[in-house]
Amino acid sequence: MSSASRPLSATPSRPVALHATETDQRPRIPAFDEHPVRNPGTVLDLDIVAATHVNRSAVERRAATLPARRTVKKEWQAAWLLRAITCMDLTTLAGDDTAGNVLRLCAKARRPVRDDIMEALGVADLKLTVGAVCVYHAHVATAVKALSGSAIPVAAVSTGFPAGLSPLPQRIAEIRASVEAGAREIDVVITRGHVLRGEWTALYDEVRAFREACGDAHLKTILGVGELATLTNIARASQVAMMAGSDVIKTSTGKEPTNATLPVGLVMVRQIRDYLDRTGHVVGFKPAGGIRTAKQSLDWLILVKEELGDRWLRPDLFRFGASGLLTDIERQLEHFVTGRYSAAHRHPMV
Amino acid sequence: MEYGPAPESDAAVRAWLSKHGARFGHFVNGAFVPPHDGAHFDVHDPGTGRILAQVAQGTVTDVNNAIDAARSAQPKWGALSGHARARHLYALARTVQRHARLLAVAESLDNGKSIRETRDLDIPLVVRHFYHHAGWAQLFDSEFAGYAPLGVVGQIIPWNFPLLMLAWKVAPALAAGNTVVLKPAEFTPLSALMFAELVRDAGLPPGVFNLVTGDGTTGAAIVEHPGVDKIAFTGSTEVGRHIRKATAGTGKSLSLELGGKSPFIVFADADLDSVVEGVVDAIWFNQGQVCCAGSRLLVQEGIADALTQKLKVRMERLRVGAPLDKAVDMGAIVAPVQLDRIRELVAQGVAEGASCWQPTWAEPAEGWFYPPTLFTNVEPAATIAQVEIFGPVLVTHTFRTPDEAVQLANNTSYGLAASVWSDDINLALDIAPRIKCGVVWVNSTNLFDASAGFGGYRESGFGREGGREGMWEYVKPVRAELPKASAGKKAAAAASKNGSSAKAANNEALSDFSGASIDRTPKLYIGGKQARPDSGYSIAVHAANGALLGDVGEGNRKDIRNAVEAAHAAAGWAKKPGHARAQVLYYIAENLSARAQEFAQRIASQSGGTKADGVREVEATISRLFTYAAWADKHDGAVHDVPMRAVSLAMHEPIGVVGVVCPPAPSLLGFVSLIAPLIATGNTVVAVPSENAPLAVTDVYSVLDTSDVPGGVVNIVTGRADSLAEALASHDNVDALWYVGSHTGAVSVERASIGNLKRTWTEWTPRDWFDPRIGEGREFLRRSVQVKNIWIPYGA
Repeated sequence: MSSASRPLSATPSRPVALHATETDQRPRIPAFDEHPVRNPGTVLDLDIVAATHVNRSAVERRAATLPARRTVKKEWQAAWLLRAITCMDLTTLAGDDTAGNVLRLCAKARRPVRDDIMEALGVADLKLTVGAVCVYHAHVATAVKALSGSAIPVAAVSTGFPAGLSPLPQRIAEIRASVEAGAREIDVVITRGHVLRGEWTALYDEVRAFREACGDAHLKTILGVGELATLTNIARASQVAMMAGSDVIKTSTGKEPTNATLPVGLVMVRQIRDYLDRTGHVVGFKPAGGIRTAKQSLDWLILVKEELGDRWLRPDLFRFGASGLLTDIERQLEHFVTGRYSAAHRHPMV
Repeated sequence: MEYGPAPESDAAVRAWLSKHGARFGHFVNGAFVPPHDGAHFDVHDPGTGRILAQVAQGTVTDVNNAIDAARSAQPKWGALSGHARARHLYALARTVQRHARLLAVAESLDNGKSIRETRDLDIPLVVRHFYHHAGWAQLFDSEFAGYAPLGVVGQIIPWNFPLLMLAWKVAPALAAGNTVVLKPAEFTPLSALMFAELVRDAGLPPGVFNLVTGDGTTGAAIVEHPGVDKIAFTGSTEVGRHIRKATAGTGKSLSLELGGKSPFIVFADADLDSVVEGVVDAIWFNQGQVCCAGSRLLVQEGIADALTQKLKVRMERLRVGAPLDKAVDMGAIVAPVQLDRIRELVAQGVAEGASCWQPTWAEPAEGWFYPPTLFTNVEPAATIAQVEIFGPVLVTHTFRTPDEAVQLANNTSYGLAASVWSDDINLALDIAPRIKCGVVWVNSTNLFDASAGFGGYRESGFGREGGREGMWEYVKPVRAELPKASAGKKAAAAASKNGSSAKAANNEALSDFSGASIDRTPKLYIGGKQARPDSGYSIAVHAANGALLGDVGEGNRKDIRNAVEAAHAAAGWAKKPGHARAQVLYYIAENLSARAQEFAQRIASQSGGTKADGVREVEATISRLFTYAAWADKHDGAVHDVPMRAVSLAMHEPIGVVGVVCPPAPSLLGFVSLIAPLIATGNTVVAVPSENAPLAVTDVYSVLDTSDVPGGVVNIVTGRADSLAEALASHDNVDALWYVGSHTGAVSVERASIGNLKRTWTEWTPRDWFDPRIGEGREFLRRSVQVKNIWIPYGA
């Protein structure tokens, strides 16, 4: 092996080493095993909203070079891919969903990777599962029942998903119904028009109302980034959604023309970091839509690690919304184990 | 969730090294040849400090052989059609592209820079450069009609971007039909040697590209060789000065791309998270060993703390390690001597009271590494704020207002590059042109492309690399092929023999007014007013027949100083629109025309020519003024097509204050031929008129007074031309100097110009000033401006 594998040394050898501790001024981040305190939200601070702006070209440059600056190989890559599975919201959101395919999805959520591969990786004991199962309200009850006895939560898309334009009382009632049916996470959509028109108070009030309706269920706020026109709008909508008490901010429904892209993700995680620095409240992140390959999932994990830190590489603060991703990750894991490229049909279908 | 190692294999490069026995000769006339005296030296892998290979130490004989090879290959190469050269350059582009990874790994191994950078930046830019210049070769015959290659070009390149600097130098030189002798840096010769092998395999004719490896003495042998027509150098300002001195008066063209201390300006309304990544790319790119590194962070006071905090968080996450690891941000420093210099300067910064911050993690102990370093509380007077560190060390200052940001940015002897960060387009586009440097990146940093020229202002050197502006550095006008305008030449020859061979017939012209005029005592013309010479002495001016025509003031060094001050005070001239400058030039012509008879007689009496000769010179002068009035609003810049969502504006900016030492004859036409292009493009001038025949120029004082020329735009100091030239050359606030005179004068002017590395243009062979094809036009305009490229990425 070439010299490139030398690890970073642990012994500094510097002529001057004035290591100040200013970085410790940052808010305390929960320990890995510590459950983050839910984001209570803040008052709507329109000054912050107005001051939030994003330089698109610069963001795109960072997003383009980030996957080229970092990579994980071999056993590190296998470990990262297993982590990606635990952060996955295994999702089906199709008009033709029935109990049949939802049950199949739930079974896969419990056993996402073939047992022999997990054994070969030496991680069979982890009893690894995905992060959650995400369905329409109509299938919440089915999924809750199918997942009983596991720790896997059911997430329901709600509030007139995907357009979010049904009457507000109905949207709120929909949240309550899903919580009632056992959903522990509610993925709501915002009124994109509020963002396009700069109606921040209306947006804030809407998300606040959703949060109240959620009760103990976690609120995951979908911004619908593909319909927000600019990165600055996305940044401002992120800020307002967090001020209104979102537990997680999420990119897309998966139904818009463009969904989770790295520049969008970069902007959103930077808002999470900014909100944390300003308020001390921890908010999670969920990119959804268009994430189909193992390589893409690694890029997202790298982005989150670099911009937010390792604590966010856990299912309580980070999720992928995906359906096809799992199969590609299974293929890569099998390749790692066997050294042979794998095929989709070798893995139990989702 | 650690990254783990992600090594790029170096097996292919190691195999290439063993194929050559890890020992290399020079590449001369299409083949590798052993060094003349057999001496070699070691090159190292900075990531480990271990020896990689041995390369030849070039001697004078080696250099002579290489230059001989280049010399004999040049006529054929230069005579090829543009298309034929384009095919060769295209082949080079394709060849480099085919071997991109091999070159990337070799570069990383030899230099210590990360494989990510060599793979994603260095080598793709090399390829792009050869493609772009294959295009210039193809278009050469049409786009550079009337121009010819210079001949043999000696090129000396630095170690920080070894192959990229090679491409920047070699591609335009070959495209224009020159042949090349290149010396790579002694620390990093491997990619150049690999390139030589590729060149050979790609079928480039022998002798077109030659490579001599070695240290500074090898470079000096190239610089001093009389058979070299141009020296192109990238490296330290110190060595650049040596080269300027060594080439003074040799007639060798020179382009220098030197050091920098480039400002990175952040306004309060910038996207700070993006600014942080910009800083990473500015100063931690290539370990900060970048001539245009944004090494001075200028932050608006109100956001300084917030930005510093964000930077520290980011620095904690930077990764420094094995250059061939695909997941490091920074590799190794090129050599122990450079590492020592960085350490010393950082220690000095601490000793001088600045606050030093480095991340908590440690860089590898083996190999030559240095961590990213941030200095705050730095006074502009501190050493680390002034000298180029050439390492991963950032110093920060704060500013209060946009004007103060510009002042701080320009408070340096350098002028290579700048970054300006603001989301307000009005602010960004106000600031960018006000920074004295060759490249400005708006909301971005360290963007390069073959289509956009790169190069400095001030002591960062002169000349441009890339784009059409870069091609001009490798061509010369073909004057010999133009039919001579014979009458003008005769007049010029007669004038230059001023006083020694007066003909009685010419004296008839004088009788018209001699004896009838009131005594006029021209003083100097400074700041729009006549000023007595500091010396209190006058110089007698004689007619061609020896008769005393009058006296002019004998200007000295202090008069030059005053004139330069006045010229700087008139800097507002540059801000006038071209249309307004044109109006002034037309007005001068108009007023000159009204006094044409008087000027014609004056010229005749001074030169000993006929009155008809005088009339002819006045008419030519008026026409010349019209030419530059015409150009004043037309010599505009360009928008380069860079391969990204951005515009790159190539602006023609005046150089500043330009000294002009006028040809001995023709006195009026020579004076106007030089000052008119300069003032048309917004410069202000300090002119020294013909020593023997200054009166036609001193008569111009009152023409200038009546033509709305703002005081200080044109300053005129009469006296001993060569000593005034020397005073101008050694004045560090004169930005450029045009000298037409003797060869001895040219030598001393170029030698004395090294203080501030002013742009000099010297000429001692006669030029037919009466011929508009030779005496006016773009050649003069190009010398009157420097190109600033402003990169503006955009996107809603």
